[in-house]
Amino acid sequence: MSVSQAIVVDKPPPLARGWPRARIVGYSLVGIWILFGLGIVAYLVYAWNPEFFARYAPAYLQGLGTTLSLVSISMVLGAIFSLPVAYGRMSKNWILSGLAYCYVYFFRGTPLLVQTYLVYYGVGSFRPELETVGLWWFFREAFYCGVFAFSLNTAAYQAEILRGAIESVPRGQWEGAASLGLHTLQTLRKVILPQAIIVALRPYGNELILMIKASAIVAIITVYDLMGNAKLAYAKSFDIQAYIWVAIVYLVMVEILRHGVEWIERRITIHLHR
Amino acid sequence: MPAESIWTLLSWGPDGWSDDIASGVLVTIVLALATLPIGLTIGFFVAFAKQHEEPSLRLAANIYTTVFRGLPELVTLFLFFFGMPLLLQYIVRLFNPNATIDVNSFIAGMIVLSLIFSSYASEVFLSAFRAIPKGQYEGGYAIGLSKWQTMRLIILPQLIRIAFPGLENCWLSLLKDTSLVSVVNLAETLRQSGVAARVTKHAFLFYSVAALIFLALAILSSIATGHILRHLGRRAVR
Repeated sequence: MSVSQAIVVDKPPPLARGWPRARIVGYSLVGIWILFGLGIVAYLVYAWNPEFFARYAPAYLQGLGTTLSLVSISMVLGAIFSLPVAYGRMSKNWILSGLAYCYVYFFRGTPLLVQTYLVYYGVGSFRPELETVGLWWFFREAFYCGVFAFSLNTAAYQAEILRGAIESVPRGQWEGAASLGLHTLQTLRKVILPQAIIVALRPYGNELILMIKASAIVAIITVYDLMGNAKLAYAKSFDIQAYIWVAIVYLVMVEILRHGVEWIERRITIHLHR
Repeated sequence: MPAESIWTLLSWGPDGWSDDIASGVLVTIVLALATLPIGLTIGFFVAFAKQHEEPSLRLAANIYTTVFRGLPELVTLFLFFFGMPLLLQYIVRLFNPNATIDVNSFIAGMIVLSLIFSSYASEVFLSAFRAIPKGQYEGGYAIGLSKWQTMRLIILPQLIRIAFPGLENCWLSLLKDTSLVSVVNLAETLRQSGVAARVTKHAFLFYSVAALIFLALAILSSIATGHILRHLGRRAVR
């Protein structure tokens, strides 16, 4: 008897029957979303224009490629550059840690758009000097400028993620590894990083998603990424579906990534669940 | 390269650009401050819906955050800036066929930033809701408070204290996101600096000024939030 009673107690309270106010509000809000979604679908069907599609779909696909390569190159370069920054942040040398702190503070405290402008228009305004140094070919291309600004920006964020993850591993792990006779690099590779990755995975995933979303900014400095092509299509056709399509593509991309990260997280923490 | 010294360019008055940029800074601050209460209110109600026992409410709130956290800020902004006039025009033309609608970029920016801010703030509020033990509600009901009174007198004061550091981050990203509205021609800090850069050809100088202004705003807000946090902490101790 007592067992069945315990089961009864553990159950969540039964849902309210009938139509309490919360349910009316909830159903109407869901109804509004459904109407909204149907409205967009209806609009896209109504405004379906094979000519528009034939003309801009290849451009969108190309733009998607540009966006993805911009984000992946920046993420990788940022990851590489974040290593010395994270090292500086954790260093006991106050000059190093101060420099790293200023770097991180600057890139996290100012808008990415300003940083991108600063690279593309700002550095680009020193054309004679850049030509003498032989770097003009780099800062002339909007795409390279975008990659440059994005790498510096994400390096600051990734350095903080890395630092947080490494510092989340308790000191005893370092001491234990040292007492086993592992040197620093071995300790990092075999003891610290496997534990840090679990902590860092979600922030890294979020950073990737933020980068994909932020990459729309490069459209403003004339890079024809996904957003850039949407801008072009809208400027030529004055058809709002140019932006609706691009919104759908971004939303799908972000959702795929978000669920992918969740899936990986479930896989690598499988030993922590019972 | 023009001959004027950078100090003339940065001076106040007809030759310099400081006054123009200062008016831009004012617009930035007003835009962020105008967005804040709307975003906080929506964010609170979205979080409230997300932890409600009614599944349809949760679903509606989850769709909201999925959409507005998933879309790039710029895409949301353009969708609203170009799409809203079309929609409004369509509706208004049903009544008055000759009406034309123009959307102010400040209003469009405010709406879009509120949507984005509220979807991020709702996550912060949600985790704060989850940090408050159920006994707090039960205690409230046990001493005869209504649902609304429990929320206002018992839950909300604790909620704000728990959510505050997360909301500070949301505020800082809101401050940075205001720069995006410059793209739809709102004369805020970045826009004004860009105009100055284009006219004077000192792009690096003026974009650095813009960056430093945003940095200064971030530092100012962390000083302000530090004060508020200390105030909240003192109230908790008493």
